[in-house]
Amino acid sequence: MSIIVGAGTRVLVQGITGNVGSFHTEAMLRYGTNIVAGVTPGKGGQEVLGVSVYDTVAEAVKKHNANASVIYVPPRFAAAAITEAIDAGLKTLVVITDLVPQKDAIEFVAKANRNGVTMVGPNCPGIINPSNRVHMGVMPAHVFRPGGTGMISRSGTLTYEIASLISRAGLGQSTCLGLGGDTIIGLDFIRVLEMMENDEETEAVVLIGEIGGNLEEKAAEYIGKKKYPKPVVAYIAGRTAPPEKRMGHAGAIISGTAGTAKSKIDAFLANGVPVAEKPSDIPRLLLETQPDKPGRH
Amino acid sequence: MKLFEFEAKDILHKYGITTPMGKVVSSPAEAEAAAAEIGAPVALKSQVLVSGRGKSGGILFANGPAEAKEIATRLFGSTIKGLPVNNILVEQKIDLIEEYYASLTIDRQAKKYAVMASTSGGVDIEEIARTAPEKISRHHVDPGTGFSQDTALELAARLPDIDREDAIRLGNILHTLYGIAMDCDAELVEINPLAKTETEELVACDARVIIDDNALFRHPEFADSLYIRLEASPAEVEARKQGLAYVDLDGDIGIIGNGAGLVMATLDVVHLFGGKPANFLDTGGGVGPEVVRKGLTVIMSKPQVKAILVNILGGVTRCDLVAQGIVEALNESTARKPIVVRMIGTKEEEGIRILKEAGIESYSNMEDAIKEVVRI
Repeated sequence: MSIIVGAGTRVLVQGITGNVGSFHTEAMLRYGTNIVAGVTPGKGGQEVLGVSVYDTVAEAVKKHNANASVIYVPPRFAAAAITEAIDAGLKTLVVITDLVPQKDAIEFVAKANRNGVTMVGPNCPGIINPSNRVHMGVMPAHVFRPGGTGMISRSGTLTYEIASLISRAGLGQSTCLGLGGDTIIGLDFIRVLEMMENDEETEAVVLIGEIGGNLEEKAAEYIGKKKYPKPVVAYIAGRTAPPEKRMGHAGAIISGTAGTAKSKIDAFLANGVPVAEKPSDIPRLLLETQPDKPGRH
Repeated sequence: MKLFEFEAKDILHKYGITTPMGKVVSSPAEAEAAAAEIGAPVALKSQVLVSGRGKSGGILFANGPAEAKEIATRLFGSTIKGLPVNNILVEQKIDLIEEYYASLTIDRQAKKYAVMASTSGGVDIEEIARTAPEKISRHHVDPGTGFSQDTALELAARLPDIDREDAIRLGNILHTLYGIAMDCDAELVEINPLAKTETEELVACDARVIIDDNALFRHPEFADSLYIRLEASPAEVEARKQGLAYVDLDGDIGIIGNGAGLVMATLDVVHLFGGKPANFLDTGGGVGPEVVRKGLTVIMSKPQVKAILVNILGGVTRCDLVAQGIVEALNESTARKPIVVRMIGTKEEEGIRILKEAGIESYSNMEDAIKEVVRI
């Protein structure tokens, strides 16, 4: 078992003919992801790496029974692509596209929620489930290995950094997903924590947060109130970030007194969640919270 | 993208909201002429993109054209919170009897637009929320249905001690703000204070508009604006021109990496090991040598930088291309500074080889590299 994606995931790639889309399609195929079709309006009938390309999502879904879509289209077409995927009945969307206008994001995230669609992103590195070799996104798959650590993150490369530390410590990942670096995103830590609670593959969870917003504080409160049954370890990037500056991600900004690393760290500690001071502390904390785990650390 | 006050007011005016009679000037002579045209007394408002202009002496009043000229001369030669005054808005001074507040923002937690109104304007909304929360009326717009005129009127009418006529005027303004946000892709439209005058009118005395940077592609009217928007340091302006995510900091270790989270974590660990970063620089993913070269050049041009740390975890980004960029930047530079590189991932061996040929060692562990750069 796994969350959001798994053995039965039949992937559609929207934007498959573009540079970014075809590059990552190759990597996902190499990893073992079951990519059944691609879509680029106006390019129907073509093939990319042996994958058939269609003009519309509806057509591709009908012909190939796709049940999830990963979206690489440029920002100005993202809203239309997502709307099309939702209207075609897909319930799992992974939106890689960054720099999406916030007005569009507000509309398509609401539409996804109304239609019971799980949306990872936008502006995210995707999702990976090593045990079933499913990857939808842009992650370097080689840093992951099957294991029991669920990873939920707001960033990309930092996630790979931490994943590779976890892999090297002899622990692997159940599912790792990036929520997305934008201000308006489909999922939050709590929704994914709920899924990971019921996921047999997940034995412990690592939350990788950063400055901006209050998703981490809410997750901390949820974990404390609910007495979350699996061990959770957190890391927060941006302890030393200056206020009112956007640190790369659209969502990574301290506004007034809100969104500081301290507020997030304090919330986790108050709710019994250990917080790593630096990335290399995470495997050690994971092993401490799971004393019966044979680790290499 | 933050708009200047006069640009924000132009938009409000276009949408039928009353703004004070005014004119943007760029010389004392123009200020004098504007004051003569508008009639005394006038307000002279420095057009700089920082909050708290008033308290920093950026807003002054004149009783006639001569005084306006004299004040403008002073303002043009000054800086407000470090930013030079290039334009002044000369405006009719409004006699107000009440100060209201009206705004539309994006509430990221709710994932919705939030419309807010208050009868206690003139101060920051955060301060109203602290001192008189009962005087704020708020509504989250359902993205499925939008924000109707009726909802806007109800929202205004919910405010305590507002009379019917004012509630209708305020409600109409709130509804207009929503229209502006939709049409212009604004992430903030704020009128504060929204002044009630002797003639029972509501006038937008000060206004702020921020346009969503991600939507600028569909708004050439803002994207192609010729006004120079100084709200950043020279290095930040230069880095932004090069398309880099860059923030100036006050330490002496230059930092460049790929990925916002990774670079933030790098800054934190540098601090933890006793160093002080001079900047934040995220190259983004999948970049070529050119971006790395430009980024390093920006960092090396900062005189206070003593050493540089490059932290690359290659996924979409190729280590060989990054290594090429590093070597090019160092070869071009006249002020060569010590550089520590950590590089793993895609095309790692190739990247390490390129660096080695240029006499640069590369680390595979991020924290080892940080310890080394702090030691230098």
